[in-house]
Amino acid sequence: MSVDQNTVRHIARLARIAVREDELPALAGELNTILDWVEQLGEVDTKDIEPMTSAVAMSMKMRDDVVTTGNLQKEVTANAPGAEDGFYVVPKVVE
Amino acid sequence: MSDLTKLTLAGARDALKKKEFTSVELTKAYLDAVEGAKALNAYVTVTADKALDMAKASDAKLAKGEGGTLEGLPLGIKDLFATKDVLTTACSHILDGFKPPYESKVTSNLWRDGAVMLGKLNNDEFAMGSSNETSFYGPVVNPWRRKGDTTKIVPGGSSGGSSAAVAARLCLAATATDTGGSIRQPAAFTGTVGIKPTYGRCSRWGIVAFASSLDQAGPIARDVRDAAIMLRSMAGYDENDSTSVDRPVPDYEAALGKGVKGLRVGIPKEYRVDGMPAEIDALWTRGIEWLKAAGAEIVDVSLPHTKYALPTYYIVAPAECSSNLARYDGVRYGLRVEGKDITDMYEKTRAAGFGTEVRRRVLIGTYVLSAGYYDAYYLKAQQVRTLIARDFTEAYRSCDVLLTPTAPSAAFGIGEKTADPLSMYLNDVFTVTVNLAGLPGISVPAGLSSEGLPLGLQLIGKTFDEETLLRTAYALEEAAQFNAEPAAWWRA
Repeated sequence: MSVDQNTVRHIARLARIAVREDELPALAGELNTILDWVEQLGEVDTKDIEPMTSAVAMSMKMRDDVVTTGNLQKEVTANAPGAEDGFYVVPKVVE
Repeated sequence: MSDLTKLTLAGARDALKKKEFTSVELTKAYLDAVEGAKALNAYVTVTADKALDMAKASDAKLAKGEGGTLEGLPLGIKDLFATKDVLTTACSHILDGFKPPYESKVTSNLWRDGAVMLGKLNNDEFAMGSSNETSFYGPVVNPWRRKGDTTKIVPGGSSGGSSAAVAARLCLAATATDTGGSIRQPAAFTGTVGIKPTYGRCSRWGIVAFASSLDQAGPIARDVRDAAIMLRSMAGYDENDSTSVDRPVPDYEAALGKGVKGLRVGIPKEYRVDGMPAEIDALWTRGIEWLKAAGAEIVDVSLPHTKYALPTYYIVAPAECSSNLARYDGVRYGLRVEGKDITDMYEKTRAAGFGTEVRRRVLIGTYVLSAGYYDAYYLKAQQVRTLIARDFTEAYRSCDVLLTPTAPSAAFGIGEKTADPLSMYLNDVFTVTVNLAGLPGISVPAGLSSEGLPLGLQLIGKTFDEETLLRTAYALEEAAQFNAEPAAWWRA
């Protein structure tokens, strides 16, 4: 599998990163080098092998289903580039 | 008074208890050293006032014969750890100005035990790098130089500020994080000790996330004893991190000095990679001889999937990073670049805020997780990861701990590997397997290269068996007698 410039444009869009047209050829080249290299995993027989879901075998602890924190509106919005009355301010999204 | 920064963490701890000097005196000595070492670019934020306040509070406790296990001891904190009201950027432009309203669990544990914060240490942007060259705040310079040569050398990465600061005596010890080798490789490059504990041993709460199934915190320190003291304080269960493990934290320092008689040390043959420099091979052989002389039994073992570890990592880590870094959107914190609508604002903010290596990994991660490719890449990689972990389980049937080199070479010059991402990734060939399998690993300085740069040996332990790991590391350290120091060329 190899990525062309259209694919790079598409994944950059999915990742919400603006990429200039003149950057596409070099980016496609870099991504292909890395993707070609990871292709070698195809050599490994993984039939009937469970994918790893946890680095260390453990079971999740349960806790009581109660509210343990909250009322942090001020702290949560304190670092926002735009905030008003405890809300985030963003460019208009509804016409 | 002699130079207080020459003491180890354990030495300073014992001297403070005996009231040979105060924490304020010790902290001032470190703040002076930090001030005189700007050429290394190890610190991105110095919190001098906070440090002196914390030191004064410690002195009051010490005067009454009270205080925790780290009372009054000045530390450096990797900028990946959230520190309440203190700038925390993960060395990324996109987190400009971010002052967390909360403290990470690991640093909370250190302050609980009385430690003093000197400031925040430089690292690769979002911990993505092996040389500390991807930081928005510029590269860190290794205090070590090649013999008769003033070329600037990298301190390793991503915890390059931590390793350089410990090696140059700009803090007694430092916090660090390790996703593919980011504690152990910089420790090897700077003649320091770095331990990545078992996944789940330290809480990840409040550590800027890179790849959540691989990230783990640990210390970089002057020697094995100091690393053991630091780890004991940093480790522990945290209800805010569902992957942190609720089991008692042992007194790791007490495990040292018990010797390695009868311990079975495995030597994985697959780590003898093509093109490995002869001096790395020779160092490894010396390490084997040292442990044998100390009474350990040497066992040959096989980890057949070793060669697939790096390609596996470069699917799993970018996939998780692309998900984790989705939160940087110009809305909640850090940088915002205005656009004609909200999507344009997201795209411009992320284009301006992420450096080239971070962008590369986010794009790879987005691609391997995108519709139609998930099974071919991510699922496949997680299956291979199961096989890599299984290799270790098999090997541990016949041994207790593994010995390998930490890195395939000594530290390289700044700029020497930045043009080729793949050659940079290969630095982690011996360390990344450990993250994929969730195991603990430690790097111990073991000698100098022909050019006079430090080289490290890595020990890999069984899950949650940091005690055996540290005990073996201590024996290795005693045998290696590594006491070389960098010349203090950077002092202003």
